[in-house]
Amino acid sequence: MKVVLKNLTKKFPNRNKKIHEDVIAVNNFNFEIPSGKLIGLLGPSGCGKSTTLNLISGLEKPTEGKIFFDEEDVTNVAPEHRGIGLVFQNYALYPHLTVLQNIIFPLQNLKGKDKLTKEEMNAKALEVAKLVQIDGLMDRRPGELSGGQQQRVAIARALVKMPKVLLLDEPLSNLDARLRLQTREEIKRIQLETGITTMFVTHDQEEAMSISDFIVVMKDGLFQQMGKPQEVYDRPVNMFVAKFLGTPAINIFEGNVKDGALYIGEERVFDVQGVKDGPVYAGIRPEGFIPDDNGPFTVKLKATEIMGRDASIVFTHPAFEGAAARAIVASDAALSGLSENVRFSFKKNKVYLFDKETETTIFPEVK
Amino acid sequence: MSKQKGWLYLLPALLFLGVFMVYPLIDVIIYSLEENFNFASQTYSGRGLYNFYYVLKDPYFLRAVRNTFIIVIITVPLSTGIALLISLALNSIKPLKELFQTIFFLPYVTNTLAVGLVFMILFKKTAYSEGLINLLIKAFGGNSVDFIEGPYWAKLFVMCFYTIWVVLPFKILILTSALASVNPDYYKAAKVDGTSRFRIFTRITLPMISPMIFYLVITGFIGAFKAYSDEVAIFGTNLNAAGMNTIVGYVYDMLYGDSGGFPSYASAASLILFAIVFTITVINLSISKKNTTY
Repeated sequence: MKVVLKNLTKKFPNRNKKIHEDVIAVNNFNFEIPSGKLIGLLGPSGCGKSTTLNLISGLEKPTEGKIFFDEEDVTNVAPEHRGIGLVFQNYALYPHLTVLQNIIFPLQNLKGKDKLTKEEMNAKALEVAKLVQIDGLMDRRPGELSGGQQQRVAIARALVKMPKVLLLDEPLSNLDARLRLQTREEIKRIQLETGITTMFVTHDQEEAMSISDFIVVMKDGLFQQMGKPQEVYDRPVNMFVAKFLGTPAINIFEGNVKDGALYIGEERVFDVQGVKDGPVYAGIRPEGFIPDDNGPFTVKLKATEIMGRDASIVFTHPAFEGAAARAIVASDAALSGLSENVRFSFKKNKVYLFDKETETTIFPEVK
Repeated sequence: MSKQKGWLYLLPALLFLGVFMVYPLIDVIIYSLEENFNFASQTYSGRGLYNFYYVLKDPYFLRAVRNTFIIVIITVPLSTGIALLISLALNSIKPLKELFQTIFFLPYVTNTLAVGLVFMILFKKTAYSEGLINLLIKAFGGNSVDFIEGPYWAKLFVMCFYTIWVVLPFKILILTSALASVNPDYYKAAKVDGTSRFRIFTRITLPMISPMIFYLVITGFIGAFKAYSDEVAIFGTNLNAAGMNTIVGYVYDMLYGDSGGFPSYASAASLILFAIVFTITVINLSISKKNTTY
């Protein structure tokens, strides 16, 4: 089922009672979540991701705007009638109930003709437990499970009613690094097997990029960009998105466009066409640098870091904003012979220009 | 050497515990076994269980036991239940929550003897006045009753009413904080799953605060078994005359009351009380262990 947000806005009264202006957690959202896909809602802490999720779940009422599940307007429908499953950041498993009791809890709430017999409930619970691979732990209590197992129980509980939309709030943030990798694969697998439209919230761009069919980037309650992870990475609409996606982060230099060419500092780095003359920000992805003795861009070497597969060249440049810029090159590239001044040329598709005022991306024909 | 050092460091605490806890306890047991103990001459005729025999046959003691048990059985469940209801109400309102919490907690910081006096005035019926409660009863067409010096059930009613009123604030305080400490995500999860309010209460709220409820029940039992000052506050020091004596009151009477001067009987009675409280607490603990499993 697709989920459509129309002009969705949520305002909260300011916590500081002296400030009467409302806090806008979600500001005029318009986007469509395609049916049966895995969507990552991505943004820094406090940007309104969880609020968006709560609005879709129905736990929060929007100040303005509408939410549609397919064609049905669910804006004023109570959460329990929306057909959603919600997995909380801390899982919210009932500690006094066993895994089985936790999973069948939503089923026991069914009334009237939907009411299930005990056997039917247990069968359904076993089915989802097998799906998330916890069918051997049904008699344990949440306190006796590891973080990853608790996560699976929470997903099983959210899935047992076969929701039309599955929502996960920061599903991986309480797990350690290794488990996080494993669990995100699990979420992808479960989503593929069930085909349920799934949306998860995260502040970790790597997490979102790795498993999502689409990512939605937001900042300060404002929608920034939606698209396939690689598309958003390759064609960020503004400097924020460019900086937020990718580790190590993109390097931003103060630049200048003059006579159809980009200058960083005094150096004419490469030709650009179709860009107005004037100051710009030039964003260069770490993997966009090519060590080149005859390259147009000269920097001061600070350090090199070898990480096995590839290596970082850490350098400084007067036009760089921040302490040190970073280039990632293959580790077999000759690092030992580097002198104090290193010269680079660029992979053109890894360089973006941003408007100095609006910080939106200028897509020039970089040549 | 280091072993002796350890004992040296423990010495102050051990000394203190020994003098003020272990010695009195043992002394009570010894007193209770000394027959025909004379307080003035500090002599006794022999050792045995006669003191227990005497106390258990004493009609005053039996009445005290009966009163105590009635108070315990009525006030502990009632006060815990009422406190739970009030706490739930307090927890569900937003405006003026702090104000109401303060109001409900006020009796806790008020002197119980003074409050007892007020209760006495409210319920008492004299030749000159009916008392406020009796005026109310009459207004609704009932017959006035002297709650302080009248029939046994009336006195018992005042007694239980007063006891509940006195223990309520502390229980409300504990339960409101217990309710507030339940993670709101549990309620959100229950809401998304369409759980009814009643089911949320019985399947989530109650189990989550059950350790606190058991704590209140256990301490409530112990406190109610040791009831004495509340009775004095309402019926005065001569509880036997009022027929409202409690076990602790009996112990006091045996020591210092008009019929006092019998530390052996007092010791025996207090050991019986100890045995009762101990048994009930063990039962309580074993039930609570079975029911709180996280």
